[in-house]
Amino acid sequence: MFTRGLKRKCVGHEEDMEGALAGLKTVSSYSLQRQSLLDMSLVKLQLCHMLVEPNLCRSVLIANTVRQIQEEMTQDGTWRSVTPQEAGRAPLDRLVSTEILCRSAWEQEGARPAPGLGDGHVQGPVSDLCPVTSAQAPRHPQSGIWELDGPREDRGGFHKSLDQIFETLETKNPGCMEELFSDVDSPYYDLDTVLTGMVGGARPGPCEGLEGLAPATPGPSSSCKSDLGELDHVVEILVET
Amino acid sequence: MKCFSRYLPYIFRPANTILSSSCHTEANVLPSGLLPSGQNKLGPWCSPTGSPAPLSCETGCGEGSWILVCRLLVPTQVSLLSMEEDIDTRKINNSFLRDHSYATEADIISTVEFNHTGELLATGDKGGRVVIFQREQESKNQIHRRGEYNVYSTFQSHEPEFDYLKSLEIEEKINKIRWLPQQNAAYFLLSTNDKTVKLWKVSERDKRPEGYNLKDEEGRLRDPATITTLRVPVLRPMDLMVEATPRRVFANAHTYHINSISVNSDYETYMSADDLRINLWNFEITNQSFNIVDIKPANMEELTEVITAAEFHPHHCNTFVYSSSKGTIRLCDMRASALCDRHTKFFEEPEDPSNRSFFSEIISSISDVKFSHSGRYIMTRDYLTVKVWDLNMENRPIETYQVHDYLRSKLCSLYENDCIFDKFECVWNGSDSVIMTGSYNNFFRMFDRNTKRDVTLEASRENSKPRAILKPRKVCVGGKRRKDEISVDSLDFSKKILHTAWHPSENIIAVAATNNLYIFQDKVN
Repeated sequence: MFTRGLKRKCVGHEEDMEGALAGLKTVSSYSLQRQSLLDMSLVKLQLCHMLVEPNLCRSVLIANTVRQIQEEMTQDGTWRSVTPQEAGRAPLDRLVSTEILCRSAWEQEGARPAPGLGDGHVQGPVSDLCPVTSAQAPRHPQSGIWELDGPREDRGGFHKSLDQIFETLETKNPGCMEELFSDVDSPYYDLDTVLTGMVGGARPGPCEGLEGLAPATPGPSSSCKSDLGELDHVVEILVET
Repeated sequence: MKCFSRYLPYIFRPANTILSSSCHTEANVLPSGLLPSGQNKLGPWCSPTGSPAPLSCETGCGEGSWILVCRLLVPTQVSLLSMEEDIDTRKINNSFLRDHSYATEADIISTVEFNHTGELLATGDKGGRVVIFQREQESKNQIHRRGEYNVYSTFQSHEPEFDYLKSLEIEEKINKIRWLPQQNAAYFLLSTNDKTVKLWKVSERDKRPEGYNLKDEEGRLRDPATITTLRVPVLRPMDLMVEATPRRVFANAHTYHINSISVNSDYETYMSADDLRINLWNFEITNQSFNIVDIKPANMEELTEVITAAEFHPHHCNTFVYSSSKGTIRLCDMRASALCDRHTKFFEEPEDPSNRSFFSEIISSISDVKFSHSGRYIMTRDYLTVKVWDLNMENRPIETYQVHDYLRSKLCSLYENDCIFDKFECVWNGSDSVIMTGSYNNFFRMFDRNTKRDVTLEASRENSKPRAILKPRKVCVGGKRRKDEISVDSLDFSKKILHTAWHPSENIIAVAATNNLYIFQDKVN
């Protein structure tokens, strides 16, 4: 027989893949696990109790975890890895898509092909990631593309939120916080809400927030620009995964 | 007809009444977990001959057996009634007759601390209240009652506040209580919430003046025309009243949440530590404090480490330690400089590369640090272990104890449900030979440093029958589960023992489980 899995083949069933694609699956399941950990961490950072000041220790630990994951993803090269579908895309296209991203999340969902997860992750040693329990089973690549896409794009914005959260913890600026958490109850992949708040295209909110918070911040315009630059960079990376 | 006299001790403590956890109308039937207090029953902590067994903290945890002394329920609304008001029987009904599982969140105990003699035991809860229990006095007739603690005083220490500048609530939850050594008849303690530290004086009053000229016994003013003679008021004995008064309020010194307070061995100063700063206070001065540690980065975006706990050395008034969320401990000497940002000693264990994961940093975050009574060692608690460090060796701990290593494979789930951020405390026994810390499923663990034996015990109503010796518990990791074992997946992570305390000289421990306070004693035959 070819593989044991073939006999029990059921489309979309995860168990089938294990036998045949063990090697790739291990790597991709690690990436999936890591991805879901990243998702979870970012959600945790966003969803704080707004009545009481959030626990700084907890926020710092979660933020460090997020940084660690991002660093590892950068080191692995998965942060920048190009999926087969997008192998031929010119850098310019990516910038364009980023801009579309800023304008409206819904438009660009149709424009961009859904990247396959784990397709580009050929290398990367499988380090000792703690085994994910059944509750945290890696999501099947084919299911819930929108959910998977959404948060990843979010993370471009969420990357900013790490720093903003710490600053707003220090001196709370109601306007900025509202932008940041304007729809706490809505699904976290509501790009529109998050990104408009982050980028501050039409709204001056976040820039004001940055201005008001850290004295070290150079000035509203330059900070917005650097934010945009960084945001572009991060979103561009995320779009590729 | 049920008699509610059992609830009176929770309101005030009459001097001549022998406090009892049970009501006189009940026969031998008691709720499970409470020990019988009738005259004809011997408590389990007596040896069969009836004389009290000598207790010594020299015995390790493995040699004695632990028995439940009493389970105390932190009183709910009843305790807030002042003594002048009438006791509303209906109110008592509603607060106490309901099932204990419906205890309000305000009753969750958030800190437990014995005083320096062990006579008093203070608890703070999420509702901002402090309840002080006093040990039952020894008496020849009632030897078996020794070791039982009863309510001595209850007061509202902190109220919820609102920070208008930040539009945030300030919780009234009591984070820590620390006793001052007793210097006169009154007792003093420090209690703190996230922002404000208060010094409380707890004193007894057992006499009151009688025979005023201008007022009658009920306090009503008398018509001066009716007064024909003058008399000198005299002090007459009255029922014992315990009153708590706030003597100092140390406020507005912390931007972040206070996690620790520690009284210095000079008994004149104390420190309060929040996430990024530590301040030194003088007890007499409330409007000023000295900042002795500041780890706040100039740019908050660079923040990666916070202070998690701090404590003064028990003997050297210039030395203190503080722990961080990265698993490090810094020992500082206040003589070196005014701002102790540069540590004198730095304790860190090198990371084990084989155990590395994304959760390594989180589980290395130290939740509690305690000096040994001798002052030679410090003990730290991180998520999975307890470590003992020698002050003279900075590069690694001298002892490491696994509290619940079976959780190592569950870290992802524990991260998801936030349990990984639980802050467990740890305590030394009086002779520094045994250390204790809590776990989940209402389990708590003791480690004997000399014999290297450890035991897991459970603080729960269901499993604590009167007079019974606590049975050691075991968690089964995988494979076949034996009869008495509990599997890891069956553990209840909502039942966590975060706060425990050990009597300073005897083998008596207090364990807080949600709104219940369990007091266990070592039974030595």
